Amino acid sequence: MVIGLETHVELSTRSKIFCSCGGHSAAKEPNDCVCPACSGMPGMLPVMNKRVVELAVTAGLMLNCDINRYTTFDKKNYYYPDLPCAYQITQLNHPICTNGCVTLKTASGERDIHIKQIHMEEDAGKLVHIGRASYIDFNRTSVPLIEIVTQPDFRSAEEVLVYLNKLKSMFRSGGISECEEGAMRCDVNISVRPEGSTEYGVRTEIKNMASFEAIERAIRYEAQRHIDAIEFETEKLVQETRRFDDVSGKTFAMRNKETEADYRYFPDANLMPVIIDDAWLEEIKAAKPVAVDEKADFYREAGISEKEIEMLIHNHKVSETLDKVVSLGCDAKNAAGWLLTDCAGILRKNGKLLGDLEICPEDLAAIIKMVDNGQVNRMSGRKILTAVIETGADPVAYCKENALDARVDISTIESVMDNVFKENAKAVEDYKNGKVKAKQALFGACMKALKNTADTAVIRELLEDKLNRC
Amino acid sequence: MNAYTIQLSDKGTIAVDDTILVKGVQAGAGSRILEGFKPLFSAEAVTRLENKGYIISGKTHVGEFGLDLAGEFSYYGEKEEELGGAAARLVSEGTVKAAIGVDLNGSPRRCAALSGIDFLKPTYGTVSRYGIISCAASGEQMGVYAGNVEGIKEIMDVIAGHDEKDGTSLKEESYDYSTGIAVAGKKVCIVRELLENAEEDVRRHVEAYGEQLRKNGVVVEEVSCDIFDTANTAWQILMTAETCNNVSRYDGVKFGYRAAEYRNIDELYVNTRTEGFNFLTKAVILYGSDVLSKNRYDACYGKSLKVRRVVAEKFEELMKGYDAVLTPVCSKTAYRAYDIREAFEKVFRESVFTSMANLIGIPALVSGKVQLMGKQFSESVLLSLAGIAERVGE
Repeated sequence: MVIGLETHVELSTRSKIFCSCGGHSAAKEPNDCVCPACSGMPGMLPVMNKRVVELAVTAGLMLNCDINRYTTFDKKNYYYPDLPCAYQITQLNHPICTNGCVTLKTASGERDIHIKQIHMEEDAGKLVHIGRASYIDFNRTSVPLIEIVTQPDFRSAEEVLVYLNKLKSMFRSGGISECEEGAMRCDVNISVRPEGSTEYGVRTEIKNMASFEAIERAIRYEAQRHIDAIEFETEKLVQETRRFDDVSGKTFAMRNKETEADYRYFPDANLMPVIIDDAWLEEIKAAKPVAVDEKADFYREAGISEKEIEMLIHNHKVSETLDKVVSLGCDAKNAAGWLLTDCAGILRKNGKLLGDLEICPEDLAAIIKMVDNGQVNRMSGRKILTAVIETGADPVAYCKENALDARVDISTIESVMDNVFKENAKAVEDYKNGKVKAKQALFGACMKALKNTADTAVIRELLEDKLNRC
Repeated sequence: MNAYTIQLSDKGTIAVDDTILVKGVQAGAGSRILEGFKPLFSAEAVTRLENKGYIISGKTHVGEFGLDLAGEFSYYGEKEEELGGAAARLVSEGTVKAAIGVDLNGSPRRCAALSGIDFLKPTYGTVSRYGIISCAASGEQMGVYAGNVEGIKEIMDVIAGHDEKDGTSLKEESYDYSTGIAVAGKKVCIVRELLENAEEDVRRHVEAYGEQLRKNGVVVEEVSCDIFDTANTAWQILMTAETCNNVSRYDGVKFGYRAAEYRNIDELYVNTRTEGFNFLTKAVILYGSDVLSKNRYDACYGKSLKVRRVVAEKFEELMKGYDAVLTPVCSKTAYRAYDIREAFEKVFRESVFTSMANLIGIPALVSGKVQLMGKQFSESVLLSLAGIAERVGE
């Protein structure tokens, strides 16, 4: 099975690609976000949204592409009521990114998927059919998209899904796209060939699928159809465009009329070539969020376990909190423990999930530092964290109000310890007689007497010392 | 009359060709397909004129999308026996101080020449195209009709300069439109090949104009230069292709004219466009889609893009020795009404004089029924040369 993918991703920009209308997500009612430009009225001219270029370049950098410093727009002609100008502005001759590569980790090992190109384009509107009437909603018209075109490098539906999930988490963490339902659409090119063969078989294209589940089912169905055609001569395969029917789970050939159109591409003279100079590229690079892979490597180096890395990569908000806490001077592995064990545990107790975590990174960093420098012990730290998560308490104030400070002076500890020794004379006796466990009981009694706030290491040391002396 | 209106009328009235939008005023571009379309905003040039106190006196008829010879094929205008264009006529009669129009394929220049007034098609990118009913973005340009070069300068000073709403607008805030720079010693060439394309009386007129310049110390020489025919073919290909694409939005779905009878979306498109466009526009659409089609693109559209670059280089070379080129505007001194089925051919042939300026974005000034062309941003040279001839005429 040989598969190539064309993935359209809606970009998270505040405004549309060539006008100042709000993006798709800003619309509440049909035709809320429409102006003379994106409804195709004469007189309006497209003006390039700089942010679209920056997000497309960021996506290209994440997918290890060459960034083309000179990039131009073309017009693609076709008639459809949801396309107000009867042409779509896209990039044919000089796309913004080319020659990328992304490595997938799948059950069957690693595979490199080569990216042929990434180009920018505008989306079309939406038709709503009610009874015999059709209505047009132009909210989505001119919403910016990038289309990522791969080489035919996939060999299974599983690889396709790993790739799509990877794009999704990359683009979400990179602020490129929310990738919510419908904001990521795929065209799948598929062919099959006998094992060991290097020639490609007859290729078909399945157009415009919006859910990963549909994509997987479509690939499995289509591959089987090809195999049946070749092995059992059920039908003659032809190169064609097909659509996947979600209900029947089958693919159907689209009418020729819809697929054999000559789009008469030509350069758009209303848009000057976009030139990306060194300074701008450096600016975009500097603002680029760390890619998922680089992030995972960073966590790995910090000694965080693979399981925890998985948790972090899939919980973008949590990993962002972690990064912030680390930038505030905390150790990454330690902080990851606080987040994935302590925070997660507290949330679970409250019937919530890790994804629900709402904590100000500064508060968490403050707690971790209080523990690390011995101001409070680990147990008190967790107590403060619980208060912060459950009631939004201020860590420093909470510590003070509840007298959790571990820095009690030695003389206080010694007098407390004297009392404990008196009250637990039997345990002291047991220890002297070689019953090592008795030391633990004495330790517990000391901690209890000090309301569990003391620095455990200090208590252990003093206790050891005192026992040795008696 | 109160002080306010006196102040306004002091500035004068301006007519606006119907290919340019004025907020709330029906904009038809001479075509039935836009019947009833009222724009929500005014063209940048219109806004600038109004802000300076000029009064927009009304819209003037143009041939459908400005594709014809001289305004003869408007859906709205009356048929006339002798062609000349509505805006040019109003200016020459003195009804308005000046007018603005879009030069897509030479029509306003021909109108000005036929009426004996001035029209400047300025350097590409100097006047915002925001708010013009666009056909060919890569070479169309708004320009000014006026009675003399001072009138051109006055209006150009208002409308030219950067506009962020037009991505092709150049960055400068203003340009030099001086009409009185010294012309003695300037060199002007007359292109022999273009003279040969015109009738005898036009040829003699251009030569006489050259003689007039000579008397004022200008060096006028005849040269041979064969790039004008090529430039014309290239511009007709690019212009028809871009126009075909830009008018494809007029489909009866959103605004403008919609056919009364249709049973499905295909019939809505076909009937609306069949009834909405005139014969010339349909010819342009057919020609334009042909040159963009997969099998013909490289030989036609792609080739024309290359020709545009080569022609621009050759023109620059020619201009190393000269400050301006003097040419006819039309092949004859007057056009009579004719059948629209001959229009495509006729316009193609007559555009040999005008296409160069559209193709490579140079300024072209029509004055005294001749045309002066120069390098980009050489408007002040052209205006000053024409100014000398105009003052002699007075």
